[in-house]
Amino acid sequence: MVEWTDQERTLIANIFANLDYEDIVKPDVSCHHSLCLRCLIVYPWTQRYFGGFGNLYNADAIMNNPMISAHGVKILHGLDRAVKNMDDIKNAYATLSELHSEKLHVDPDNFRLLSDCLSIVIASKMGYDFTPDLQAAWQKFLTVVVFALGRQYH
Amino acid sequence: MSLNAKDKGLITGIWSKISSKAPELGAEALGRMLTVYPQTKTYFSHWADTSPGSAPVKKHGAVIMAAIGDAVTKMDDLVGGLSSLSELHAFKLRVDPANFKILAHNIHVTIAMYFPADFTAEVHLALDKFLQNLALALAERYR
Repeated sequence: MVEWTDQERTLIANIFANLDYEDIVKPDVSCHHSLCLRCLIVYPWTQRYFGGFGNLYNADAIMNNPMISAHGVKILHGLDRAVKNMDDIKNAYATLSELHSEKLHVDPDNFRLLSDCLSIVIASKMGYDFTPDLQAAWQKFLTVVVFALGRQYH
Repeated sequence: MSLNAKDKGLITGIWSKISSKAPELGAEALGRMLTVYPQTKTYFSHWADTSPGSAPVKKHGAVIMAAIGDAVTKMDDLVGGLSSLSELHAFKLRVDPANFKILAHNIHVTIAMYFPADFTAEVHLALDKFLQNLALALAERYR
């Protein structure tokens, strides 16, 4: 079982309290903060899972694709489950993990790629408020989530 | 994943934007790496203080970032340009190359914090490719 200090719980709860899911995924024309946009562009092989999402031909197409932003919000809401079950993320994610393995067939390494992009998007939104201690707690949280999501693969 | 002309343009572009703050960015990235990925501290057991903002972190962060800046000027031949640094890392420092990826991530986080408007998805892509190629060049002499 993962041990969380009180400080870590507070730091992680604070990130979620200040996180606007719609804002994180929406294509921000000036700075391209959008989470899904960033992951699909920086790691283009991740597009393989979105064949049914229409036009992903270039950055502009991805940016203006409403299915992609809707999916980004869905993914972020998936993180809610972890925040609400911090003391047993592994079991809280058991069915989600099976889904990603058996139905969606997602290579679990992609969870790490997306989580790295999420950290970077949050860093760009929070600026200097994204302190090293906050990043450490956040990274620990994401590592546990990524592990739990990959747990049911066999 | 080699660099194309567009990547190179984006890299020189972002570097010219950030170069005046390079020592500060290097210190920030290194401090974060040591805090968020504590296993990396094993390479700095000779430092009294590995916390962000400490003197050795500031000094070494600046050294690393200056070397990366130099690598930007040698983008067309990273293996050749970094051969002596590669020897240093291979034979003297013996840093496990997996750690280059970890530092690269923290460089991305730092630049995203300091220059959110400039660190677009395309710039992120180009810089990620560049740092990956840099890491490969740095590991060239390992075996």
